[in-house]
Amino acid sequence: MNDLKKQFAKETTITNELGLHARPAAMIAEIANRATSNVWLIKNDQCVDASSIIDILSLACLQGSNITLQIEDPADAEILNQLHELFESGFGE
Amino acid sequence: MTPREREIILNGISGSPGICIGKAYLVDREGVDVIEKYYISEDKVKSEISRFKNAAKKAKNELSQVIEGLPEDLKQHSYILETHMLLHKDKMLYGKAIEIIESEKVNAEWALKEATSRAKAMFANISDPYLRSRSADVEHVSDCIMRNLVGVQDFNISNIDKRVILVAHNLSPAETSQIQLERIKGFITNRGGKASHTSIIARTLEIPAVLGLENATEVIKNDDIIIVDGNRGMVIVDPDEETLFRYENLSKKYEADKADAVRTSDQPAESSDGFLMGIMGNIEQPEEIVTVRDHGGDGIGLFRTEFLYLNRPQYPDEEELFEQYKEVVELITPKPVTIRTLDINGDKEISAVPTPDEANPALGLRAIRFCLKKPDIFKTQLRAILRAAAHGYIRLLLPMISGCEEIHRTIELLDEAAEELERENHAYNREIEIGAMIEVPSSALIADALAELVDFFSIGTNDLVQYTLAIDRVNRHVAYLYNPLHPAVIRLLKMVADTAHRKNVKVYMCGEMAAEIINLPVLMGLGFEELSMAPQSIPMIKNMIRKIDAAGARDFVKKICNQKSAVDTMQFIEDTYGNLLTETA
Repeated sequence: MNDLKKQFAKETTITNELGLHARPAAMIAEIANRATSNVWLIKNDQCVDASSIIDILSLACLQGSNITLQIEDPADAEILNQLHELFESGFGE
Repeated sequence: MTPREREIILNGISGSPGICIGKAYLVDREGVDVIEKYYISEDKVKSEISRFKNAAKKAKNELSQVIEGLPEDLKQHSYILETHMLLHKDKMLYGKAIEIIESEKVNAEWALKEATSRAKAMFANISDPYLRSRSADVEHVSDCIMRNLVGVQDFNISNIDKRVILVAHNLSPAETSQIQLERIKGFITNRGGKASHTSIIARTLEIPAVLGLENATEVIKNDDIIIVDGNRGMVIVDPDEETLFRYENLSKKYEADKADAVRTSDQPAESSDGFLMGIMGNIEQPEEIVTVRDHGGDGIGLFRTEFLYLNRPQYPDEEELFEQYKEVVELITPKPVTIRTLDINGDKEISAVPTPDEANPALGLRAIRFCLKKPDIFKTQLRAILRAAAHGYIRLLLPMISGCEEIHRTIELLDEAAEELERENHAYNREIEIGAMIEVPSSALIADALAELVDFFSIGTNDLVQYTLAIDRVNRHVAYLYNPLHPAVIRLLKMVADTAHRKNVKVYMCGEMAAEIINLPVLMGLGFEELSMAPQSIPMIKNMIRKIDAAGARDFVKKICNQKSAVDTMQFIEDTYGNLLTETA
């Protein structure tokens, strides 16, 4: 990852019991769909589109998984913050 | 079609107890299954795409109407529907289908089918069973769009105008919430299990449901007369007159008994010859104590303490645990609370501990093994329990004991904890009763040695049956072998109970076996002093105990140990207690 990209990325951990199941995935996709450009969720070497519930679910994130959130356009910095907060709150579960 | 000669019995999984008799109403989805494939010319691509978009939009509108029309008590389940709303526009489904129409020049139905199977394939490799099963959500959404594309006359469950028994392959949450529930007497599905959405709804509404029948939609035809026996997980199609008559009485009796049981639930459970049994509730959270009290529970036989350890990156501290345990004990005092120490297993990982992948979590580092490996964490919990014990009647239950060393080690930790609390001037009570959970066959076999160390045994039947019969009960292929009435299980139970009586140690049970009325004569005969179960089961179980003669049950158990199979055992129970069972079930 180059330096430029690092600025647009945040690390987080899945804390809720069921992991990224349907409800959190829907919450993520809803926010990511408002972004100007692509928003990615990265686990290990797998990278999925945060605006697709199906893609998020296929990442199979269980409790304790470490996730990197990444945006491509600086204009989406606020989206990145919102997503990070959502993850940190354990999706309110 | 030729009329059937005789009744057909289908066996499935009980999703919700109760009995009903009525006409079958099949939720028909034929017509969606056969998808035609044809190529379209370049100039038709645009109109094909807009045909697809229209269908998706219509499907989405239908769903949003369903959500709007949802009655209040079902609103809490509606997040699943909200998820479906978003799925309608998901790139991997919606976007992909449009892409396929464009690139492959195929009709919209075929493109949607392709996109759906690709999306489903993405789920196939997920190892977590819960996440993997989410592919059903994709399937449901895809079906809704497909129905609008193909123009199949959509059955509309909300238009059912007679009281029927719903028969379906599988009911999606959207479909379940469309139903005008007062019109439904019961549910029957090919798929689904005890934890499925349909089962939860049926239990909330207190109507019978039998699920996991595999081929119900093939065997049952519209307007067939069927009997749903949610107590036994059984469906009878085209019952003959004798069966019908018997079940009509059973059904009336069941309803009357249920009402009666609730009325008398706060009375003690005393057998017909005066033997008193404690009927307790299993809980996970302090709030559930109210339910236990409302259903007439004589205390808490199993308080699962995992909840405070889940959903969080750090372990809870002693204060937090103490406050919760104190709340529980104060709410139920002077009745006892049996606190089971941390029982974490493969499917309840704590985020604070990245558990190494275990090939066999059920045989791995869990429960007492985990706690003894992390003595600091364990001691924090023990300290909180000892402190709470100063405020009421607490019993300590140790899960997954497989040998004496584990109890020795726990007692050492308890002593250390007590010494520390003494030095720190905390109020505490070291004189709490200690119990071993008997759920591993090895502990049943050395019950006499364990009895020297503990005050009581509590049998966790779910795991004991699973370990004894070597059956993973959530594995659909072998689940049929899971039977607590297997002679091997009964002999183990007898061994533990007899040892307990000889050694003057109390013997309780806290597994699902305790909540099934068919097992009661056996459990009473074996001399269990307390049974603990889901609070909702307490009234029925108490009612049943009042009808059984404990001395007679003891004689009965002597004979039952000679049975050679679970089927023989069940038959023997039916033969001896059939009248009582049918009266109550």
